[in-house]
Amino acid sequence: MTTLLNVKDLRAYYGQVQALHGLSFSLSEGSLTTLLGANGAGKTTTLRAICNMVRSTGGIEFDGKPLNNRSTESIVRFGIAHVPQGRGTFTTMTVEENLQLGAITRKDNAGIVSDIERMYAHFPVLKQRHTQQAGTLSGGEQQMLAVARALMLRPRLMLLDEPSFGLAPLVVRDLFGILGKINREDKVSILVVEQNAQLALELADQAYVIETGRIVMSGNAKDIANNEEIRKSYLGY
Amino acid sequence: MELFTNQVLAGIATGAIYACMALAVVMIYQAIDHLNFAQGEMAMFSTFISWQLMQWGIPYWGAFIIALALSFVGGIAIERILFKPLAKAPVLTNVAGFIALYAIINSSAGLIWDFTIKQYPTPFGSSPFLGSQLISTHQAGMIGVTVLLLIGLYFFFQYTKIGLAMRAAASVPESARLVGINTSWMIALGWGMASAIGAIAGMLIAPVVFLEPNMMGGVLIYGFAAAVLGGLTSPFGAVVGGFLVGVFENLAGTYIPGVGNELKLPIALALIISVLVVKPAGLFGRQIVKRV
Repeated sequence: MTTLLNVKDLRAYYGQVQALHGLSFSLSEGSLTTLLGANGAGKTTTLRAICNMVRSTGGIEFDGKPLNNRSTESIVRFGIAHVPQGRGTFTTMTVEENLQLGAITRKDNAGIVSDIERMYAHFPVLKQRHTQQAGTLSGGEQQMLAVARALMLRPRLMLLDEPSFGLAPLVVRDLFGILGKINREDKVSILVVEQNAQLALELADQAYVIETGRIVMSGNAKDIANNEEIRKSYLGY
Repeated sequence: MELFTNQVLAGIATGAIYACMALAVVMIYQAIDHLNFAQGEMAMFSTFISWQLMQWGIPYWGAFIIALALSFVGGIAIERILFKPLAKAPVLTNVAGFIALYAIINSSAGLIWDFTIKQYPTPFGSSPFLGSQLISTHQAGMIGVTVLLLIGLYFFFQYTKIGLAMRAAASVPESARLVGINTSWMIALGWGMASAIGAIAGMLIAPVVFLEPNMMGGVLIYGFAAAVLGGLTSPFGAVVGGFLVGVFENLAGTYIPGVGNELKLPIALALIISVLVVKPAGLFGRQIVKRV
């Protein structure tokens, strides 16, 4: 499998505070990789650094091309869709407008129209509410909308920041099922950051564990899930 | 009754201008969260440019279009040169920037064209409109041009990709960048459009208030009143507010004893204060629906 995303010695800073201390990992094309770790470990910062939303040094290569020093909006054009923490919904706009915005960098209008229909097939609840102001959706529906918005880019890589946050367990199961399907059927590589380690490990094929801005563990998701020692010391279940 | 109808129609005509100014103010407010105190001066300068073009022999509508284009470019230039560097600066720094812009444009206009009052032509004439004494053709023209402008803007923001991108950039800038929108240029574009809308207001009101560097002072205050009344977060509210303020101003001047022409302007200020005290979000200010 070819490497799609390669991160080398990544260091990130909020003002004077260093949040990542030389973090390295890679993600192969077509895989579903998860970054696990406790609160404040640097999971969100890693995703933000990939999209240049936080000051960082080190190497970030996507499909062999360096992403450093590119603006957030130009990184999107490589086919990287980022679903931020808190979902980033355009709350004052309609559900359909949110989907259109996901495809705003695309030029193929016919493709956009058919992709919106495809999203409605994936997420029927969004079709029912397509003229509704997105801020009126429930948390789970907004998360569905955020994933759908990201898919409208037809991304090669999707970055997901805590998709389970604030959702009911059943909704989370549903959502993770859809993510797995997207990964298998649409061949979208996914990098998902999660606190819900158990669920993420069930879904992922590759996993990394972060602690205070460093990778402390990596490997096959099944192996990590089966290793009681790792589970107890790093993942807390 | 005829006096009343007459005053209402005249109010709608000047209200159209306030609506344009309010809309320009709201557009910039949505983009950068600051009130552009120099909006009126920018409009005045655009009007002078069109006047100068006409002095050079260019016909009215030619001068109108060229002035619009120059205003659009000028608005973008002002944002790029002055306000982009101030984007992360504190509020007061921005306020100082706006006041500086106000003073610079006002004095430059005085320097170039001096402070004497000039006649400004109207393409619509000033005869009675459709033979009616109630409203003049120029007033009808003011309303007509404004309505066309508003319809155009509505379609632009609702049905074009770039309009959608501009709305997204104004409402959630971070998400907008994450879908690939260059928010910085959307702000600049907003400035260009606000500047052009202001220019239309200036060129339409100039035959009424006459052309001179301080011509927009009062108009901008009414524009602010309209924007506050309608809600600074709502372009639609700004437009409705503009028409309401125009009508209210005229009726108060006519029917409230002692107000007359002299005290019309304080009415606008009283309106601003009343709205801020009673309903700070304005009539149509968005109560953003949020569920967590």
